[in-house]
Amino acid sequence: MAKIVAGIGSSHVPSFGPAYDAQKFDEPDWKPLFDGYAPVKAWLHESVQPDIAIFVYNDHGSDFSLARVPTFAIGVRDVYEQADEGFGIRPLPPVPGHADFSWFLAKELIDREFDLTVCQEMKVDHGLMAPLPLLFTHAPLWNVRVVPLIVNVIQHPLPTARRCFRLGRAIAQAVAAYPADLKVVVVGTGGMSHQLHGERFGYLSEEFDARWLDLIEHDPEQLCRMSHREIMAVAGAEAVELIMWLVMRGALSAKVERRHRNYYAPMTTGMGLLSLVPT
Amino acid sequence: MVDRPQIRHGEHSDWGIPGTYVFDHTRARTGYELNRLAYSLTQPQNREAFRQDEAAYIGRYALTEAQRAAIGRRDWLALTKEHGGNIYYIYKLGATLGFGLYQMGAQMRGESYEDFLNSRRAKGAR
Repeated sequence: MAKIVAGIGSSHVPSFGPAYDAQKFDEPDWKPLFDGYAPVKAWLHESVQPDIAIFVYNDHGSDFSLARVPTFAIGVRDVYEQADEGFGIRPLPPVPGHADFSWFLAKELIDREFDLTVCQEMKVDHGLMAPLPLLFTHAPLWNVRVVPLIVNVIQHPLPTARRCFRLGRAIAQAVAAYPADLKVVVVGTGGMSHQLHGERFGYLSEEFDARWLDLIEHDPEQLCRMSHREIMAVAGAEAVELIMWLVMRGALSAKVERRHRNYYAPMTTGMGLLSLVPT
Repeated sequence: MVDRPQIRHGEHSDWGIPGTYVFDHTRARTGYELNRLAYSLTQPQNREAFRQDEAAYIGRYALTEAQRAAIGRRDWLALTKEHGGNIYYIYKLGATLGFGLYQMGAQMRGESYEDFLNSRRAKGAR
């Protein structure tokens, strides 16, 4: 049986990409970010050793357009190329998927009444690619296979926070039903507080982010009760992405143990990182 | 022109958050063609065509005159606030025209790029 061995919450700020590619690990303004990820990456590589990472993220108009907007979608490919987001792609190898596991997950989730759009064509954008090399190695091939799970957090109406949490619950049941012994981590990406449009561009709230990091660990029910408007008002419009962390949290047990926590807010976005293990 | 309701400024939803223009059904409808144009710039050959002849490229899409004018002015605030542009899409337009996201943001805030950067905790992290 497959097993969920850890949950990760991580921002997916696009600027991680060029900073990582230029190896700005020790530059003073970037060091607090990379220093936060290094122990998590080592822990995943040396201790957790997952076979699969389910990456919960949103496409940013890179591969999906507004012609059709699935509320939830899942990739079922054996390999994922990067999407061109308007300025070319990064010097990283294609990301391996796991088609058998992904199709199984799709079937089990739809049986559990989560009607995901199943995608045999999909390219991945910075929602997945920004955190991926901060968490996993590519020397030269990636040390994990991914399942991209897309959530619409851009064009309202969006799925509710609670719906995301319940999707996580269903993912836990689906993973447990998989017949092979695979170790799975669920990565909930996005946020934290930020706003990228309007006169309020650049707004962030370190206070909100600290509270979110506490509650996602100890009391996700409180977060499930938050409306989109409430999150956008307190944490910035684009912070509504944080509901994707609840998919990760829903996939874990009620009680969890925290292994890592990092936070840095240098520019316009609260960059949060959290690792949890089920108890 | 496509047959769609002309939603004018002021008819878009106001979620009551200052300086914030939520991308809901009102803006998604107004901005559909504008965002479709911006999305097309995920193709390198389209970016090249746009840069070569901006007016001709824009002419392929059923934009309103006001939307065309806002692109001409590089008016990122108007595009997202009044014309239904979603920032993740409009950013592709900005990038094609040589604007970074933080430059676009400074303009939306109504301040210089330098002033915006100086308002940040660690501006090297960009």
